[in-house]
Amino acid sequence: MNPIRRTVTCALLAASGLALASTQALAQNTAVKVGVVGPFSGPFAHYGALFKAAAEAYVTSQGGKLAGKDIEFIYRDTGGPNPGQTKTLVQELIVKDKVDYLGGFVFTPNALAVAPLIQQSQTPTVIFNAATSAITEKSEYFIRTSYTLWQVTVPIAQWAAKKDMKKVVTAVTDYGPGIDAETAFKAEFTKQGGAVVESIRMPIATTDFGPFVQRIKASGAQAVYTFLPGGPPNLGFVKAYNENGLAKAGVQFLGTAETDEFDLQKFGDSALGLTTAFHYSGAHDSPENKKFVDALKKRDPAAVANYATVGAWDGMYVIHKMIEATGGKKDGAKALATARSLQWESPRGPVRIDAKTRHITQNVYLRKVERATGQGGQLVNKEVQSFGPHGDYGLDAK
Amino acid sequence: MNTLFNILIDGLAYGMVLFVIAVGLSVTLGLMRFVNLSHGAFAMVGGYCAAWLTREAQWSFWLAVPLAIAATGLLGAVLESLVLRHLYRRKELDQVLFTIGLSFVLIAATNAIAGPQVQLITLPPLLAGSVDLGFRTLPAQRLLVIAAGLAVAAAAAWTVARTRFGVWLRAAVDHSGTASTLGIPIRTVQCASFAAGAALAGFGGILGAELMPLEPYYALKYLVLVLVVVAVGGMGSIAGSLAAAVLLGTIETASRYLASEWGSLFFFVAMAALLAWRPHGLLKR
Repeated sequence: MNPIRRTVTCALLAASGLALASTQALAQNTAVKVGVVGPFSGPFAHYGALFKAAAEAYVTSQGGKLAGKDIEFIYRDTGGPNPGQTKTLVQELIVKDKVDYLGGFVFTPNALAVAPLIQQSQTPTVIFNAATSAITEKSEYFIRTSYTLWQVTVPIAQWAAKKDMKKVVTAVTDYGPGIDAETAFKAEFTKQGGAVVESIRMPIATTDFGPFVQRIKASGAQAVYTFLPGGPPNLGFVKAYNENGLAKAGVQFLGTAETDEFDLQKFGDSALGLTTAFHYSGAHDSPENKKFVDALKKRDPAAVANYATVGAWDGMYVIHKMIEATGGKKDGAKALATARSLQWESPRGPVRIDAKTRHITQNVYLRKVERATGQGGQLVNKEVQSFGPHGDYGLDAK
Repeated sequence: MNTLFNILIDGLAYGMVLFVIAVGLSVTLGLMRFVNLSHGAFAMVGGYCAAWLTREAQWSFWLAVPLAIAATGLLGAVLESLVLRHLYRRKELDQVLFTIGLSFVLIAATNAIAGPQVQLITLPPLLAGSVDLGFRTLPAQRLLVIAAGLAVAAAAAWTVARTRFGVWLRAAVDHSGTASTLGIPIRTVQCASFAAGAALAGFGGILGAELMPLEPYYALKYLVLVLVVVAVGGMGSIAGSLAAAVLLGTIETASRYLASEWGSLFFFVAMAALLAWRPHGLLKR
């Protein structure tokens, strides 16, 4: 190694050492560190952007500090479903960055991968999105502010039975959450005396939904319960549903997240009248929701009030309360004891954390897509009925 | 019986979309011998242009589509004359790596400009509805796709086989030295052919947007399908691409009607079988 290069290397090392030391010193003094893990690049990058907008909007709405403490967000990009990388990132966050709390997680496998890490380090971890029931069983430091498919599917199965639907087809995308949705609907709908006449599993790479829609029509069912991953498949399925004449033939559409606010405007008139059961609508009529939407828009005009942002917003509320309870100190057990008994008014309505499952108990609403009278005639998920509070049935079903 | 009709009609529509996107690649890959993996990106550019023109600029669909196709062709021409022409004499691996890189650049650019959301092309009322065929209803847009696919096939085959331009193209690729001594403007022919391939991709992107929604990762997501069609059809064979697209489209559709739990297995098994039977393409011996 020549002398110049050696000098440069030494200088760089010293500088990075200093930088590291100073950030650590800073952390010890004031800021509470929150690591937010999600996709910030690639096909799912909008989730990361929505988490960021909502989490920061929450802190801003509290005057920039939570329980008198500065908050330092550290964002880590998982790209997509990538358990291995997520584990590495979270290990770094815990060991090197010494985060006090973790939040985020869009995909179930990523959340499951970090369970042993947060268990060992006693890091309270709030799941903003991932919706498979089993996650919270894997570590007692998981708290979830999103929803599960069982939670929103059971109410709509009960409603369908009550509306005298006897024959229903299920059509779900052939992967984890889709199978969860199919099982949940079948279990509840049969229990209520209905019959699932056909269960269609659509390959995840499907682009042409025409054939499936024709099969649904041919089955003679009164309704189709569907689950699709967000984005392009939703659009494709809804278009096929309308254009192949199912809506006209009176086959009722039953869904959950298919009319997500993030994509809703793209559907156009073909979305009108779609019926879904879900825990949140951007059009939820309450002062809390108005405050949430305003704060969000102020932070990022492009952000949408949907299940991802409300999950992150409420997630930050939970972290806020945990910081309050521990006085900003690192005390996982005490933080969790607080989180287990939380109960508050969320933008989605009254909610509480179930002490046993650490999953959010919340109202599930029946929603119909309509054109709003104001707001330039935007499409909204209008809540037409509340099914009342529901917990997670997925954990009971096992 | 009804299911059979359904399979045939849905398979034909799906196959035609595959064909319109694939035919441009078949031209550049087969006739120009240029491995162009950025083909999906050109289809995406065409679709995004049409979506922007119909939705944001409020243009009529019938005006927006030719303009979007022309814009894609122009982009193809510009890229060809600035960059890609230097790759014709390079090894295939260089071509593959460069065009994949180009796809990533276009993906990042679309993501930055238009955001991650799905883009929709506003259809005119005539196409937005559905048509009653007697035994079932079919989206009107699919009928346009079938008609356009047949028209593109006829026009492309005629251009390559019958026109002077087609003769020039084949001469320029096979014996470029001889062709240029005969006074054939080789550079113009290459540039125009590549632009035409890009424009066809753009047209396919627009027509196929209902089946393959436009989003930033479009360029890579559907590339495999297009490559399969070109490989099975035989590179450079327009009739072969048409036959391969319709056959594979019908097989894929049939598997959705009859055995959807097997996923895309039948599509790829069919591909493997057809390639084993006719390694150089369906219609070649």
